[in-house]
Amino acid sequence: MDQHKAFLRTEPSPVLPPPVFAGGAVKWVQQNMLAGPGSALFTLVGLAFLVWVTPGLVRYFIIDAVWTSPDGVACRAPGAGACWSFIARKLDFFLYASYPREMVWRVNLCLAMGAVLAAWLLWPGAARKGLGAALFFIAYPVASLLLLHGSEALGLPKAPTDLWGGIFLSMIVATVGIVFSLPGGVLLALGRRSRLPVVRFFATLFIEFVRGVPFITVLFMANTMLPLFVPASWSPDRLVRPLVGVSLFASAYMAEIVRAGLQAIPKGQTEGAMALGLSYWSMMRLIILPQALTVVIPGIVGIFIGLFKDTTLVAVVGIPDFLRTVETARLDPAWAGPTISTTGYLFAGAFYWVFCFGMSRYSLMMERRLAAGRKR
Amino acid sequence: MSSGEQGAERPQVPLLHDPRFRGLVVQAVTALCVLSLLWMAVDNAATNMRARGIPTNFDFWDRTSGFDVNQTLIAYSSLSTYGKAFWVGLLNTLLVAAIGVVVATLLGFILGVMRLSANWAARTFASIYVETLRNVPLLLQLLFWYNAILSPLPAPRASLAMPSVALTWPDTASLALALVAAGGAYLAGRFARARNEDDAGEVLASVGAALGWLVALIALLFGASAFIGAPGGGLLHWGGPAGVYLNNRGLLIPEPRFEPGFDWVLAALSVAVALSIAFTWWARRRQALSGAQSQVGLVSLALILGLPLLAFVATGGPVTLDYPVLRGFNFQGGLRVSPEFVALLLGLSLYTAAFIAEEVRAGVQSVAKGQSEAAHALGLRAGPTLRLVVLPQAMRVILPPLTNQYLNLTKNSSLAVFIGYPDLVQVFMGTVLNQTGAAVQVIAVTMAVYLAISLATSGLMALYARRTAWAER
Repeated sequence: MDQHKAFLRTEPSPVLPPPVFAGGAVKWVQQNMLAGPGSALFTLVGLAFLVWVTPGLVRYFIIDAVWTSPDGVACRAPGAGACWSFIARKLDFFLYASYPREMVWRVNLCLAMGAVLAAWLLWPGAARKGLGAALFFIAYPVASLLLLHGSEALGLPKAPTDLWGGIFLSMIVATVGIVFSLPGGVLLALGRRSRLPVVRFFATLFIEFVRGVPFITVLFMANTMLPLFVPASWSPDRLVRPLVGVSLFASAYMAEIVRAGLQAIPKGQTEGAMALGLSYWSMMRLIILPQALTVVIPGIVGIFIGLFKDTTLVAVVGIPDFLRTVETARLDPAWAGPTISTTGYLFAGAFYWVFCFGMSRYSLMMERRLAAGRKR
Repeated sequence: MSSGEQGAERPQVPLLHDPRFRGLVVQAVTALCVLSLLWMAVDNAATNMRARGIPTNFDFWDRTSGFDVNQTLIAYSSLSTYGKAFWVGLLNTLLVAAIGVVVATLLGFILGVMRLSANWAARTFASIYVETLRNVPLLLQLLFWYNAILSPLPAPRASLAMPSVALTWPDTASLALALVAAGGAYLAGRFARARNEDDAGEVLASVGAALGWLVALIALLFGASAFIGAPGGGLLHWGGPAGVYLNNRGLLIPEPRFEPGFDWVLAALSVAVALSIAFTWWARRRQALSGAQSQVGLVSLALILGLPLLAFVATGGPVTLDYPVLRGFNFQGGLRVSPEFVALLLGLSLYTAAFIAEEVRAGVQSVAKGQSEAAHALGLRAGPTLRLVVLPQAMRVILPPLTNQYLNLTKNSSLAVFIGYPDLVQVFMGTVLNQTGAAVQVIAVTMAVYLAISLATSGLMALYARRTAWAER
């Protein structure tokens, strides 16, 4: 039984050298680009693709691009690149569409106010966010409506909604969606988690119905059925109808996000609040919702991103949003041409991308900050 | 709530402060509000519709539609009924959704895995793809594909034609170069791995290996002369047109025509499917009883590919291809896929793939690293680890949001209305609604269809989730 087995060591194994310090550019290149023949092959093909495609892009966007031209003739010439002069000449139209030019300052004022308030609310650690929220959700919409639509009492001439359009209209649709979807979503989420069966039934029915159908059908419904559902004398404005549709649609999606936040709050919070004798609404307002909404900030921003992208669909009921103004401009006979279409779409794409990507980075940042607070 | 349910006497509270009573009142008020709102809406709608002469029934369903649709899966003409038009639209929606789901899934999984790749180029490419496409509205992407890419394509006479590819034995020079390069690459790769010094020498050897493989591949596929700018002599030879054309009227592909003998191929396919199911069942039983494993995947693949192929050859190839041929100003024969369909499919699948890639990435990342480490410790190699340990666990995380993405794709297919693809919304909620004026009925039916698809899918999903749920969770 004592015989030596060949696979057993009889003396200690030799000491191995310490692992080489892994760091530095060479090491990074080796691990991330040349980890093996397959990886290196992929890197080479990728580099080859980059080398092949870059000169063409530079030529299209910079060297061959048309920077100054009063109309589309230069852009239609063979070999012409991106038609930036089209963007420059039409920028006014993209921004305000047919809004009376002498009243454009009202639009600019609204956009500036919105930007300031949004920055106030989004800036982490900004002072007096409650006041900011009250201004954004209550005062700002009223002020904007008075400014944009005009009011004889304030000495502002009327600007009918069929003149509205362009980027500022897209912003209006998105802002209305945001302003209505947060409170609406909170109410629906509370309804869906209510212990009262009737309330729960109606909230669930609404949420599941809206989430189960495409946004376009909701817009169609708001556009053609809303005027039927109200007394004939009301006849809602053609811009109000899609705005109702947007608000309902966004509320239903927001409700599911808020519900996830409510579910993430430990039961002890509710029980503690009840033990203190708080009423249902005080408990929600002071204890539960502040925590639940903070947990789901990334989800809420996600809804806003989706909402911002979905504003393009209001064109289906004849609302000239930003994308629709691009469509109109690119078909303008003075300009129309293949490079002009491409330039227009790329410009619009860059516009939406900057906003959506910015929002998604913001939500990532918030996620990290929140996670840092919760780490034990 | 649980106040006073411990057998003790209920505390005397004023009726107004009794939670049960208050609950009843709140519910009654809610129900009253909602129902009276609904009643008012219905009442107003009835009055308004009567006043404007809008039909309130489904009589239009059986009336002649009088309009044509440019893509129909079932027999339809302008003499067909509105009901038939509804089915045409619904089938077109389902067609684009089904194909889109398949393409988006394949692309999404590839991109999702690429985002986790150790290779910087793969990672960066996937990141740029995902971050670009999911942050730009789908409608903009659809319009871009349709108006900026497909519309400016040349007319049929100047179509882009895909050349056919023929395989030939490479010439000696190409073969020799490929062999030498591959051999050098192999040696350089071995040197790089054996060196393990983390220095420039290893990096150089890796680059050398990669270059070697690249040269070998090019020499083998395109011939040694490709390096002096004259391809030829390799494995691939470009021939005449393969019968696939792309122009501003759409995509033309050869149309397969099935002859009677094709029934045998279909029969063989069903037999093969039945056999592979039986084999899977038997293999599972055998593994449960004896622990012996069988190559279920290989055997099933061989059955499902082999049997129909055998039947196909035995019946003398009962499929002929009808090639599109240019006659005058347009193509005759073949199968024409409309540019609207191509644009919608491209837009939907590329857009959804970006979202699926994110779900896949999240799913794979959700599997604890210890799982794959344990699998490695048990002696499983990278492939089986991914297949048997990581993916099954990741799938449980991926599947619910994946289904959600499929539903989103189906709902987003309604954007077809913007580029004129005849889907349910464009045909039914667009043309039929405009012609009949039956707004309430048409919108209700359309919404009901989408709602039914959504609810059925989520129902199936819930069933699956319950079946795969872990007992302890």
